[in-house]
Amino acid sequence: MSIVVRNIGKQFGDVVAAKDVNFEIREGELVALLGPSGGGKTTVLRMIAGLEMPSEGDIIIRGQRVNDVPVQKRNIGFVFQNYALFKTMSVAKNIAFGLKIKKWSKADIESRVAELLELLELRGLEKRYPHQLSGGQRQRVAIARALAPKPSVLLLDEPFGAVDAKIRQELREWLTRLHHDLNVTTLFVTHDQEEAMEVSNRIVIIAKGRLEQIGTPREVYEQPKNEFVARFIGVMNVVEAEVKNGMGRVGEMEFPLVNVPDGPARLGFRPYAVQISSDLTQFRYRAVLRRTFFLGIMLRVEVELASGLIIRARMTKEEYATLGLRDELEVSMQIRQYRLLATDGTSLAPEVPVSYQLPPHIAEGI
Amino acid sequence: MAGIVNHKRRGATVKSQRGSDEPAWVRWLLITLGLAFVGIFLVLPLVNVFVQAFQMGLGFYVKSLLEADTVHAIKLTLLITCITVPLNTIFGMAAAWCIAKFDFKGKAFLITLIDLPFAVSPVVAGLMFVVWFGRQGIFGGWLEEHDIKIIFAVPGMVLATTFITFPFVARELIPVMQATGTEQEQAALTLGASGWQTFWHVTLPSSKWGVIYGVILCNARAMGEFGAVSVVSGSIAGSTETIPLRVDKLFHSASMAAGVSAFAVASLLAVLALITLVIKSYLEWRTERDHALAQEATGEVGN
Repeated sequence: MSIVVRNIGKQFGDVVAAKDVNFEIREGELVALLGPSGGGKTTVLRMIAGLEMPSEGDIIIRGQRVNDVPVQKRNIGFVFQNYALFKTMSVAKNIAFGLKIKKWSKADIESRVAELLELLELRGLEKRYPHQLSGGQRQRVAIARALAPKPSVLLLDEPFGAVDAKIRQELREWLTRLHHDLNVTTLFVTHDQEEAMEVSNRIVIIAKGRLEQIGTPREVYEQPKNEFVARFIGVMNVVEAEVKNGMGRVGEMEFPLVNVPDGPARLGFRPYAVQISSDLTQFRYRAVLRRTFFLGIMLRVEVELASGLIIRARMTKEEYATLGLRDELEVSMQIRQYRLLATDGTSLAPEVPVSYQLPPHIAEGI
Repeated sequence: MAGIVNHKRRGATVKSQRGSDEPAWVRWLLITLGLAFVGIFLVLPLVNVFVQAFQMGLGFYVKSLLEADTVHAIKLTLLITCITVPLNTIFGMAAAWCIAKFDFKGKAFLITLIDLPFAVSPVVAGLMFVVWFGRQGIFGGWLEEHDIKIIFAVPGMVLATTFITFPFVARELIPVMQATGTEQEQAALTLGASGWQTFWHVTLPSSKWGVIYGVILCNARAMGEFGAVSVVSGSIAGSTETIPLRVDKLFHSASMAAGVSAFAVASLLAVLALITLVIKSYLEWRTERDHALAQEATGEVGN
């Protein structure tokens, strides 16, 4: 194991920033620490780095308990949210800083800096100062500087937070590639679930200082452990149903539920599990298509049922065109898959498939 | 890049020209009043110092400056400055570092304490040292027994000057260091740097203009300090007289020539003041330019 976080907790005065957080990261993994802003994920990252002392629990890096090891000796590379480049030093000096401190020979420093400039596509910029670089370049300098002393783990705090959307996309792909090439254990903090899904091997979800779920992007998306995760990862329709004799009812919609006691229950279903047709006889319920949102290749539509309930659905452009859909058109619809959401937010029943399985080509849609 | 900066500056100038729609006579009246005030209270006295100093010709001016007691006063002023400025630079940097980069109880109190010399009248500061170290003072007896002379001697003058000029470096440096934040230092720590290495390689270089600015102000005040030094020195000619004390003594003596000499010596302080202002303006221009560059750089990210 590269990093083991065991029962870690942190309090700032009366504020609990993290509590009972447990996870393990294997050598060479690329893991996202995902959660809403202010949820304690940065605190956890800073505790692993040694920039923050945990109030309780242990942090183990490569088998060694490092609670009492100062940040300088932990052999970690840290990339700050705003990069924190040394503004009085050139790009080359920034990258060389850690090596100088570790008393590498001049020749070794030079070749390592050249290697990183090459790797991070920063050649020709070595004499520039941070204020002369673009956001993306600064980000890469910060990563080069962190990687230079060959750290055992690379920690990044909101690495794509301070750059615009287009560069962010480039950097994501680029971080994935870099990780593939170097294979250094990498842990990064993000509040953007899409970013976490796209970049990481596994996702650690933290909210309100507590661990919600750990898993691969597919696991947390398809098998969310609780309602928080279900709603945080991707979009989910949530409805309040009234259960009677194994049947949940929301307006005119009916959801067969096995072994669920009578009373109120919350149900959730993903937009891709909503089927829509312009053929009014094809599906069971009648609805009116109210709005269409263009999200690139995928579209999101909102349909309104007779009872006034608004449901979000997702489909490809082609499907939309083939069905001849448009706003204010009357359609028929049904829900292919749904799940019972536990009201205490701790566990979820597996999804109940209705009629048939979802076609594979849209299964990955968020 | 430079084009963008120029454009922004031009934009700002245009705006300020349009900023007023008062009638012409109001504008001219206010401008005249402002200029008159600046002229009478700032420019005129300064010009007057030089006019008076050269009243009896360049030869007399040079002779006034080369008088033995005056030369001694200049040397003593330089000596005191050479001791107090480095001391206050070190104290100031330590205090600013501590205040800007760390959180601790009593921080507000410490900041107030650093400002104390600004709040206390220099004469009171001087008297305070007399109370401590004077012959009748608290430590007076002990000092006399050990034959250590502080009051009416150079050590007392150094102490008084150090006290008076204490806030300059710290005051200039605290905002600079606070603005820089602590992320760069944390980055240095994650790269293995010790506290000292971080200070030398990261904190100091990024706040060096603040340090230099503080040192210049501290230096100007150390050379020009009158009140506190006057109380503790005793103004013994050729022994404990600094430039300001010398000017004062010459000015108050009866002879006309001494009066002119007073202005000649005073012109030295005036020249020092002018040099200080020039360096200060240059540094401000530099800091502003760096700031503009930095802002532009962050602007690029947002675009």
